[in-house]
Amino acid sequence: MTGPDHILIQVQDVWKAFDDNEVLKGISLRVHDGSSDVILGRSGIGKSVLLKSIVGLLTPERGSITVMDEEVIGMKNRDLNRLRKQIGYVFQYAALYDSLTVRENLEFPLRKHTDADEEEISDRVFEQLKLVGLEDAIDKMPSELSGGMKKRIGLARAIIKRPRIVLYDEPTAGLDPITAREISDLILSLEEQFGITSITVTHDLECARIIANRIYILDDGLFQHQGSYDELKASTDPYTKAFFQVTR
Amino acid sequence: MSEQPTHKEIPYLRFTRNRIKKAMEEVYGITMFGLRFFRYVFVPPYEFGQVRKHLDELGSKSLPLLTVVGLIMGLILALQSRPTLDRFGAGGFLPAMIALTIVRELGPVITALVVAGRVSSGIGAEVGSMKVTEQIDALEVSAVDPYNYLVVTRVLACAIIMPLLTAYVDFLAIFGGFVSEWLSHNSSFQLYFTEVIQSLRFYDILPGIGKTIAFGYIIGVIGAYQGFNTSRGTEGVGRAATSAVVLASLNIIFLDMVIVQLTFLFLGPGG
Ligand SMILES: Nc1ncnc2c1ncn2[C@@H]1O[C@H](COP(=O)(O)OP(=O)(O)O)[C@@H](O)[C@H]1O
Ligand SMILES: [Mg+2]
Repeated sequence: MTGPDHILIQVQDVWKAFDDNEVLKGISLRVHDGSSDVILGRSGIGKSVLLKSIVGLLTPERGSITVMDEEVIGMKNRDLNRLRKQIGYVFQYAALYDSLTVRENLEFPLRKHTDADEEEISDRVFEQLKLVGLEDAIDKMPSELSGGMKKRIGLARAIIKRPRIVLYDEPTAGLDPITAREISDLILSLEEQFGITSITVTHDLECARIIANRIYILDDGLFQHQGSYDELKASTDPYTKAFFQVTR
Repeated sequence: MSEQPTHKEIPYLRFTRNRIKKAMEEVYGITMFGLRFFRYVFVPPYEFGQVRKHLDELGSKSLPLLTVVGLIMGLILALQSRPTLDRFGAGGFLPAMIALTIVRELGPVITALVVAGRVSSGIGAEVGSMKVTEQIDALEVSAVDPYNYLVVTRVLACAIIMPLLTAYVDFLAIFGGFVSEWLSHNSSFQLYFTEVIQSLRFYDILPGIGKTIAFGYIIGVIGAYQGFNTSRGTEGVGRAATSAVVLASLNIIFLDMVIVQLTFLFLGPGG
């Protein structure tokens, strides 16, 4: 099943706490096929916790999360791994394997899960680097890259297997405004090119403006407001207003 | 009047109880973490490439230090024992005594402690920094089991390399003993090593080398456990490295005691 009416990711009444720190308090979300949804929220509010719950890195205490019609919570590891092959995840600080070169970082997902031969792998890696504009970095170690370059490589690694879904954890955090904008544009163009459905968590309004079909505002464990960028910008709700004013 | 102390004791008791509970949880956690190794090690996917890489690293990391330690250990042992043995008129037993002490006890334990200091901390820091920078999460979402990829490979490398390193240290220490004898008494190389070889029996060598496999396992498991459980933030990485060394060393000494008792029980004290 595909098409914009199909719901690819559905989060229903999800609760997650760490000891007595209640982070998610019955949160719900539906992401339609082909949509690019953005979650805005202050840091420490639970954005990463939500993303990690969706790929099964964290297990909520209650609720239901379905990805492509399969329940993630309580899923067996083997099934989870099968599902994860269709999901790309861009980590906040890129999480490149620091003992591997850029090339090896990109090869890693291919070597582990496809039976592509050396030539295919090498072509694919080069193609990916071209997409993110970093062909020259191929033999560098992650420690030799700038923050923006790391994000690009992280992006390239996340989509090298052509996943249907990509989750972005603060793709522009820690970058200067110009680089941040370049990354946002890159995300937009990759998503259009490969028909990716995505959830992006961020506190960068500019990024949200560029890539979002729909924006959710997370606070106190729940989505307090949602709408398009323009709708939320025109909102009279004090928290939303404050958010749009402070960050811009 | 009698109420007062009771009230004062309660927070203290709770504190102690919590500490004990935490310690028990930790022991349980490490045990389970360590036992998982056996569930994984015989099941594909095998990461031979990673194991080889770690073997290379472990070897090159610890060999220089072990070379120095091995030689000097033998030298000192001979220097220190010579007067004592002479006093009992047993100076002729020196090569045998050195060989037995080194092969049965000092070689394995000193090697393990040196490697624990060098390698356990390294594994703790390496895995710990992968944890805090979300590289372990990244492995998991790319459908690679981090335990299999990071832990099994390191533990296996440690368990494989420890007997080899120990044999190397044993040899160097015995040679160090000879150097000391040669410097002070101008002993003959041939005589010394004939004595050494005649004194060593299979039952001395087997437990001595064999137990180092277990030491290697401990070094790997404890380092990796500390790394895997590094809490968020970079200061956690340093803590993981330090506690890995402390815990690994303690466990090695403790396990050594148990193994010595067991070998006496099953093979007799020898002699
Ligand atoms: N693994 C964890 N263990 C304990 N607490 C955690 C863990 N992950 C997140 N938290 C807590 O959950 C809250 C939300 O964290 P996070 O989702 O990382 O925030 P952000 O919105 O900045 O991504 C924070 O209070 C954090 O301390
Ligand atoms: Mg976060």
